[in-house]
Amino acid sequence: MTIEVPLLEAATNTQEPTDRRPNGPVTPTRSPRPSRRAGLGEWLGGVVRRPGLVLSVVWLVIVVLAALIPTLLTSVDPLRAVPRQKLLEPSWAHLFGTDQLGRDLFARVVHGAALSLGSALLAVLVGIVVGSLLGLVAGFVRGVFDEVLMRIVDVLLAIPALLLSLALVTALGFGTVKVAIAVGITSVAACARVMRSEVLRVRESAYIEAARAGGARWSRILFRHVLPNAAGPVLVLATLEFGTAILAVSALSFLGYGAVPPAPEWGSLVAQGRDFLSTAWWLTTMPGLTIAITVLAAGRLSRALGGQDGVRR
Amino acid sequence: MTSTAASRNLTTAPAVDGSGDRPSGPVLRIRGLTVQYRTRRGPVPAIQDVDLDIAAGETVALVGESGSGKTTTALAVTGLLATTAEITAGSIHWQGQDLLALGRRARRAVSGIGIGLVPQDPTVSLNPVKRIGDQVAEVLLIHKVARKAEAREIAVEALRSAGIDHPEVRARQFPHELSGGMRQRVLIAIALVGRPALLVADEPTSALDVTVQRQILDSISDLITEHHTGMLLVTHDLGVAADRADRVVVMTGGRIVEQGPTGQILSRPEHPYTRSLLEAAPSLRTSGIGSIRRRVGSSTTAPILHAEHLVKSFPAPGVGHHGIRAVDDVSFALHPGRTLGLVGESGSGKSTSARLALRLVEPTGGTVRFDGQDITGLSAGRLRVVRRRFQLVQQNPYASLNPRWSVAQLIGEPLRSYGESATVARERAVELLDLVGLPTDFEHRRPAELSGGQRQRIAIARALALRPDVVVLDEPVSALDVRVQAQILQLLVDLQDELGVAYLFISHDLAVIRQISDDVAVLRGGRVVETGSTEAVFTDPHHAYTRTLLEAIPGRGRV
Repeated sequence: MTIEVPLLEAATNTQEPTDRRPNGPVTPTRSPRPSRRAGLGEWLGGVVRRPGLVLSVVWLVIVVLAALIPTLLTSVDPLRAVPRQKLLEPSWAHLFGTDQLGRDLFARVVHGAALSLGSALLAVLVGIVVGSLLGLVAGFVRGVFDEVLMRIVDVLLAIPALLLSLALVTALGFGTVKVAIAVGITSVAACARVMRSEVLRVRESAYIEAARAGGARWSRILFRHVLPNAAGPVLVLATLEFGTAILAVSALSFLGYGAVPPAPEWGSLVAQGRDFLSTAWWLTTMPGLTIAITVLAAGRLSRALGGQDGVRR
Repeated sequence: MTSTAASRNLTTAPAVDGSGDRPSGPVLRIRGLTVQYRTRRGPVPAIQDVDLDIAAGETVALVGESGSGKTTTALAVTGLLATTAEITAGSIHWQGQDLLALGRRARRAVSGIGIGLVPQDPTVSLNPVKRIGDQVAEVLLIHKVARKAEAREIAVEALRSAGIDHPEVRARQFPHELSGGMRQRVLIAIALVGRPALLVADEPTSALDVTVQRQILDSISDLITEHHTGMLLVTHDLGVAADRADRVVVMTGGRIVEQGPTGQILSRPEHPYTRSLLEAAPSLRTSGIGSIRRRVGSSTTAPILHAEHLVKSFPAPGVGHHGIRAVDDVSFALHPGRTLGLVGESGSGKSTSARLALRLVEPTGGTVRFDGQDITGLSAGRLRVVRRRFQLVQQNPYASLNPRWSVAQLIGEPLRSYGESATVARERAVELLDLVGLPTDFEHRRPAELSGGQRQRIAIARALALRPDVVVLDEPVSALDVRVQAQILQLLVDLQDELGVAYLFISHDLAVIRQISDDVAVLRGGRVVETGSTEAVFTDPHHAYTRTLLEAIPGRGRV
């Protein structure tokens, strides 16, 4: 799965902290290490200095696990209703409590991860693939195509994202895939812009001229030279967009455009819990918190990747 | 307290004129200075155990290659070291005052008024939104040595003595309205307006053309002689050091390896490193590399690359509908197996001419013939066929290699572009690595793991991958240290002997051109002002501009 790529990168990134060390006198303990690769101590140091990032990565790994193999985290069937156990508070037996039909909320959140993350991922993919391609071509060809495309992008950026998704999903119809596409289209504009600006930077590089002088065809220059060197910031943007996409997909599901009951989905879980807000707080809070933490973790990760990218440049 | 001492010194400093009131002894006295940089992998020593004295009115040149620690030394003197740098041992005395013992405020007072700094790059060292007169006067205002109106007058005077024409008018201009040389003069005015006892000039002319370089160095010399100022001249160019310094200090690997009077260092260098530097310095060499080589081509055969009346204009507002003519009627002929040098200062159109000849830029007018075939109007597909036979090596080896690729991929890239298989490309890459004098196990490395000289060798290998007849070299050595420069030039000559390839060699550096070229074309303002054999142009220049260029080569008078 594509999502694992940034995660793996992040795990290695913890060895290479971007933060500057505080400027203090050099203590003997920091004597130069003969080995060129970062040692275990260095790695642990990185973990200690950036606990937020480590926690974010750990959380995202758990969430991805929940999406891929939900039975690893819970053996309870998310659809099995036990009327006798309805609206129970969170306890060891039911970590997140139960809902009005006596279904285990933890199991529903765990099983909902696949649907929520899946739609968010699809949304990001739609945005990034379409956006990057448009940006790539616009930045490379320039001229009228670029001008026209960028004015369309201007218009897209001017419309609030959620409003645009709402309009789109109304036109497309209901269902998680359609929600994902509607959310994805809203991020096409931003991806195209970022990709275009990177392409504009890269296409002026000396090595592009060298490739041209070396007789490379334009397609080779575009896909072998420009794209790999321009993709970095777009991938960072994608991780950032992933958080936003989870939120947007959840919002649309909350409004009832997404998953069809009884399929669990984070946004619709929050929506269904709304009716019991005064008596059963956990029904909205637990899935809500899950969404919030996942969005924050994705944001923290993308910030780290962006920083790392900045260092590499 | 030290700060009161400093402030007293500060108030008297501008009044001091000449050497009379200055304390005797050296203006600057560095003893055992050791600086290290803190990095993630632990401290890295930058300079070690540096001893240096500069007497009043004396110019000391600090010479070394990149990474030798010369700039770190200069920064330590000016108090501008990066926050990650740390002085672990040694002392810096300025006029008897221990700079390292001073508090931050007192140090700042010394830095602004007592020690002037001329930075390296004039294009980025001025505040773009402030008038230059105000930027000069700012020094005086910050250190409260003059009131506003008075400071403005002093600033105008300082600009005048730094060699700026109409200083009253110029003082109200912004940096973007001035040329690079003018900006450097402004920076000199800023450095000297407080009448410092010591001037630190960090590569003050490296970013400038050779004729401008000479004027700037002349005006610095005049000013410091007039005010009996000591100068620490940091430079990589031995020619500049030879022309300007009383004493030369040679640094390498963070240590001073040799110092002494300029004449002695140049004529009787003792340290092997100094000797190798002197041998490599193009302007100080008596014989060119070319003189020891076998001539492959002759000028009687038909030219392989023939440019006729090339014109390239760029649209620009306010200069009529023809725009700016970057290249204006340039013609040249390159014969097989020979080297043609295109020489000129920045803006002379030499790079654009080369790109026109390669058809990387479309000409506005004129024709380019390659091996008798007119390639000016060829379609992209037909051009690709011809393009196999002429290749390009660019100026900056740090930018010309795709950072994501391995060395083998980079060298094999032109082969892959022409449809060769990956295996063939790899085999040829290994072969070429050997040809350009790099170990063949370099094939898996990435550009970031290589030095500048190694990268340029990779770029040359890439250009030779298709066995071209012509290689266009656009300032191939100007981003490199002088010793590496000499090695690369030698490599190019050897390759020409071996492969019979013709070079179109573009450079701003006449000394380099002289070493490598058979024929020379001198460009100015987009026009060729003089052509001929290297020997003829260098010994008997006909055009006044060529003569000016030749006279401006630093270190010409000393060998």
